Amino acid sequence: MQRYSIFSLARHALNDHAGWKPAWRHPDPKPNYDVIVIGGGGHGLATAYYLAKEHGITNVAVLEKGWLGGGNTGRNTTNVRSNYILEKNQRFYEFSLKLWESLSQELNYNVMFSQRGVLITAHFDPQTQALLRRGNGMRVIGSDAVFLNPDQVRRKVPVLDFSPTARFPITGAFLQPRAGVARHDAVAWGFARAADACGVDIIQNCEVIGIRVEGGRAVGVRTTRGDIGTGKIGIAVAGHTSRLAAMADLRLPIESHLLQAMVTEPIKPMLHVSLSFGAGHFYTSQTDKGELVMGGDLDGYNSYAQRGNLPMIEHVAAAAVTVMPCIGRLRIMRHWAGIMDMTMDGSPIIGKTPVENLYINGGWCYGGFKATPGSGWVFAHTIAHDRPHALNEPFSLERFASGYTIDERGVGPYPALH
Amino acid sequence: MLIPCPHCGNRPHAEFTYGGDATLGPRPDGMAAYTVWMEFVYLRDNPCGPHREYWHHTLGCESWIVVERDTLTHRISGSSLPGTQETT
Repeated sequence: MQRYSIFSLARHALNDHAGWKPAWRHPDPKPNYDVIVIGGGGHGLATAYYLAKEHGITNVAVLEKGWLGGGNTGRNTTNVRSNYILEKNQRFYEFSLKLWESLSQELNYNVMFSQRGVLITAHFDPQTQALLRRGNGMRVIGSDAVFLNPDQVRRKVPVLDFSPTARFPITGAFLQPRAGVARHDAVAWGFARAADACGVDIIQNCEVIGIRVEGGRAVGVRTTRGDIGTGKIGIAVAGHTSRLAAMADLRLPIESHLLQAMVTEPIKPMLHVSLSFGAGHFYTSQTDKGELVMGGDLDGYNSYAQRGNLPMIEHVAAAAVTVMPCIGRLRIMRHWAGIMDMTMDGSPIIGKTPVENLYINGGWCYGGFKATPGSGWVFAHTIAHDRPHALNEPFSLERFASGYTIDERGVGPYPALH
Repeated sequence: MLIPCPHCGNRPHAEFTYGGDATLGPRPDGMAAYTVWMEFVYLRDNPCGPHREYWHHTLGCESWIVVERDTLTHRISGSSLPGTQETT
C-alpha cells in the first residue's frame, strides 16, 4: 500500500501526480475463501478490514453487487453520535465513536471526521427533562453531553428562529460535543484500501443470488460471477437483509422502508453544528461544499424503491423553515432515498443465525453510518470466534424470542415508528 | 402515490396511515405457543415485489383497506376491504 502523507503528496506533485496507484485491486473471485462478506458498503468493508487486522484472517472476499459504498453508505446524512439512553446502545455506539476519533490515522485515509457537535433543540418542558435524562445517562457511562440555555444556543447557532413569534420557541438544547459528521464515501474507500492492503479481495459487480446450505451449515454462495465456496459468510447488506436471509430460509423481524434525504444549493458557512429539530423529525448539517444536507422521517411504508414521494419532502422542508426561516429562499438541488432495514425494536441485529457459519449484521434502521467502525469491529469478532463480543451480545437475533428487545424509542413492534 | 380506496376512489397516500403486512394472521389464540406469537408479532416476509398491506384512510372514510402494491416499483394493482376478495 502506498502510504499517504504530506511527503508522498509533495513527491507526487514533483512528478506531476503521474505516479499514484489505484487504491485497491480488482481481483477475480477465487473458488474458495475462509470468509465471504456480502455487501461492499462501510459495514462490510470494515468487517473485512478488522477480520484481517484484528484476527489475522486474510483469505476474505467482499462481494458487492454494484460499486463500493453505492448503497446506504453513499446515501446517508453522515451523522456520527452516541447520544442514546439505553445502556446497551450507549456502550456500543460510544465504542464506535471512539473508533471514529482515530479512524483517519488507523486507515491512513482522511475520513474527514469533524467533531462539530450534534445539537438537538428543546422546545417543551417534558422534552427538556427527557433530554437531560438522556444526557445524564450518557455521562454515567463516560460519554459527553451538555445542556445549553437559550442564550448559549443562540451564540452557537444564531441562524435558528429566536424571534418572539417563533412557532416553537427554543428553550434550550442538548449537545454532544464529540459527535459530528464524516465524509461518507471516504469511509468506504478508506476501509476498502486498508482491507485490500491486508490481502482482502474486493469483488464488485458480483451479486449474490443464492446461499448454499448443507446440513444446516453455510458452505458457499452462488453469484453472478459463479459459485464460491467458503467457511463462513457474513451478511452486511443494509436494506436487503431480509432478501439475503431468505436465501438461507430465514425470516427476520425486519421491514424494509425508504428514507429520503436532500441537499440545498451551496452557501457560505452558516451552520457549525449538526442540528436536530426537537419539535419535528428534521436534521441537517452543512457539508464542506456548503450544501445543507437534510433529512426527516421515513415515508412509512414497505419499499425497496430507493425513491420516495413528495409529501415527506414537503414535510422536511416545512420543518427546515420553521426552525431556520433564513433558508426559506434556498433551492433543493438534489434528493434521493435509501432502503432502511427497520427492525421490530429499532435496534440492529449483529450476531449468529440458526444456520451454522452464517452471520448477520443488519437491521440498522436509519442509524447505520455512525456505527460503521464499531459494527465492523464486533462483527469481525463474532465471525472469527463464532460467538459475539460483549458489546454486540445484546443485539442478537434471539432477543425477539427471549423478550430482551432494545427499544430506544419505546414504541413496540412497529418498524416504521422507530 | 395515489391509493384507490374502495369507498372514495383514488386519493393521495398522505391521507392514509400505513398498517403493514396484511398476509399475517389470523391472530393466534391467546393460549398459543410462545413461538407462534413470536412469529406473528415479529417475523415478516418483507418481500421485494408484490405486497398485500393494510392502509387506514385516516383523512377520508376512516376504513381499513387492503392494498396490493409492489414494493420495488410502488405500482398499486388493486385494493379491497378486509375480508373480501374483490379488488377495485
